[in-house]
Amino acid sequence: MLGLTAEIWQPVRLTLQLALLTTVILILMGAPLAFWLARSRWRWKEVVGALVAIPLVLPPTVLGFYLLVALGPHGPGGWLASLWGGRTLAFSFPGLVFGSVLFSMPFVVQPIRNAFEAMGDRPLEVAATLRASPWRAFWTVAVPLARPGFLTGAILGFAHTVGEFGVVLMIGGNIPGETNVLSIAIFDYVETSQWAQANLLAGGMVVFSFCAILAMMLIEKRIGGTAS
Amino acid sequence: MNLHARFCAHLGDFALEVEFQVPARGVTALFGPSGCGKTSLLRAIAGLNRVADGYFAIGGDVWQDAARFRPVHQRPIGYVFQEASLFPHLNVSGNLVYGAPKRFDPNAIRFNEVVDLLGLGKLLDRSPRHLSGGERQRVAIGRALLSQPKLLLMDEPLSGLDKLTKDEILPFLERLHETLSLPVLYVSHDMSEIERLADQLVLMQSGRVLAAGPISQLQSDPELPLVSSPDAAVSLDATVDAHDPSDGMTSLVVPGGRFLVPSAGALAGERRRLRILAGDVSLAREPPNRSTILNILRARIISAQETGDHQMTAVLGLGDDGLGARLLTRVTRRSWNNLGLAPGVTVYAQVKSVALVRRRGAAISERANVPALATRHA
Repeated sequence: MLGLTAEIWQPVRLTLQLALLTTVILILMGAPLAFWLARSRWRWKEVVGALVAIPLVLPPTVLGFYLLVALGPHGPGGWLASLWGGRTLAFSFPGLVFGSVLFSMPFVVQPIRNAFEAMGDRPLEVAATLRASPWRAFWTVAVPLARPGFLTGAILGFAHTVGEFGVVLMIGGNIPGETNVLSIAIFDYVETSQWAQANLLAGGMVVFSFCAILAMMLIEKRIGGTAS
Repeated sequence: MNLHARFCAHLGDFALEVEFQVPARGVTALFGPSGCGKTSLLRAIAGLNRVADGYFAIGGDVWQDAARFRPVHQRPIGYVFQEASLFPHLNVSGNLVYGAPKRFDPNAIRFNEVVDLLGLGKLLDRSPRHLSGGERQRVAIGRALLSQPKLLLMDEPLSGLDKLTKDEILPFLERLHETLSLPVLYVSHDMSEIERLADQLVLMQSGRVLAAGPISQLQSDPELPLVSSPDAAVSLDATVDAHDPSDGMTSLVVPGGRFLVPSAGALAGERRRLRILAGDVSLAREPPNRSTILNILRARIISAQETGDHQMTAVLGLGDDGLGARLLTRVTRRSWNNLGLAPGVTVYAQVKSVALVRRRGAAISERANVPALATRHA
């Protein structure tokens, strides 16, 4: 049993690392992007909005295919990798992070954008009349008021990255400790008829997902109810 | 010190073309019917609406002109919106200090003073969610004051409130006016609010300024529509001469005349504002004797015009020479003709009712542009 735990621990840890890193990057990148999408009066901004949303409708294998090309030795990813003596970004952890960020972006950006839009112009106008610079108004008014959107975005981005399969399969492969994430590990176990391991991982995923979502919902409810 | 505004803007099919100049002290009301551009003008002054063809300066400090545009957060304004718009993620204290400068300034409006002035002491730890409409608006006013503005802009701060809440807030606004020497631009379409609060009036109609000046002057200007409105009235700032506690009558002096008004008490030299409706003033050619009307004043008819159905509305100047304070009177055309009234005729104005609308009149002294609280409290 101990051996079994050690064996499945690696994909679990890798998956959590990937999901956490992806979520953090997406929140940092997604917040300004969502703010811009919500507030800009540029008439073509929805083109950018559509580009961000494309992974919602695109088959993961299509995105994975293009990522493979882009990250491979003959794409920009390969050029980037050559800077530190590598050959390709495909089949590597950084490549996986890059793909996950692109693929999960709409799940993070959309809820945050909705929250910024629901807030309306008024709070920022009030902040400006109180001498707050746009930068200060963003951090002290817009971000706190959009908090539910951030929380929803973080949950969705994290869960979506944990559950991602198609893109990882295309650009990651299953290098242990590098790209062998949970969903791939489960697939491998099933393929090789290691039902016990598959069961443990799959069951763990169910329990983990349920707990994460429940915890987030409870936290948000408590914050929302007692915020002063 | 003057406040000078000029804005030309086309907002859809609505054209805003305004220019006015008023002293930068006391309360200046922007008054006009709904949709006349009052709020657009106020937003333009704040910089919230960016009007390319605009000019605004207060006491020589230019906020925008053809070449410059100072963004909202660099204008020393306080802005009170129609809805209180408190930050829901901060409690009352957090809202109050949001715009307060970090640096200590001995002349600044202080936190405790604002809390006292607006009666916020019991609310400080509460969430905006748990405040009544009137309390919210008071917090919004306090928040604007604590940002240490040089000009306070108020956009119909009472219009979203019911009558009771309005009556709860108006005294606070009056105290604000008495204790702070902060110029205020106050948008309203409710003349009764303006009569209580305003010193100057900017009269607007469909995107234009009809006139700007002291409120009593505009109210009694026969060229302006205020004279012919159904509740035409004048607001007079008077000085208390004496109070007789035996029958509760206060004697007040205005240029060219004196009024006796029942009041709870007053000290000689204090300022009060009187409001006299045109319909409460009747005219006589001879001094009436043995009348229950206490206030009978010599006056001269300055101008007259027909208003409504067979009615005459006339502007009177108090005193034999007609050079004193102005009153409005509204009489039937038949009486007018029977008495042979005409501009230039000397008459006795019988004032049936005088309302004290403000405990104190306009502050007489101008205390430069330092928005500090006076130590004197009501």
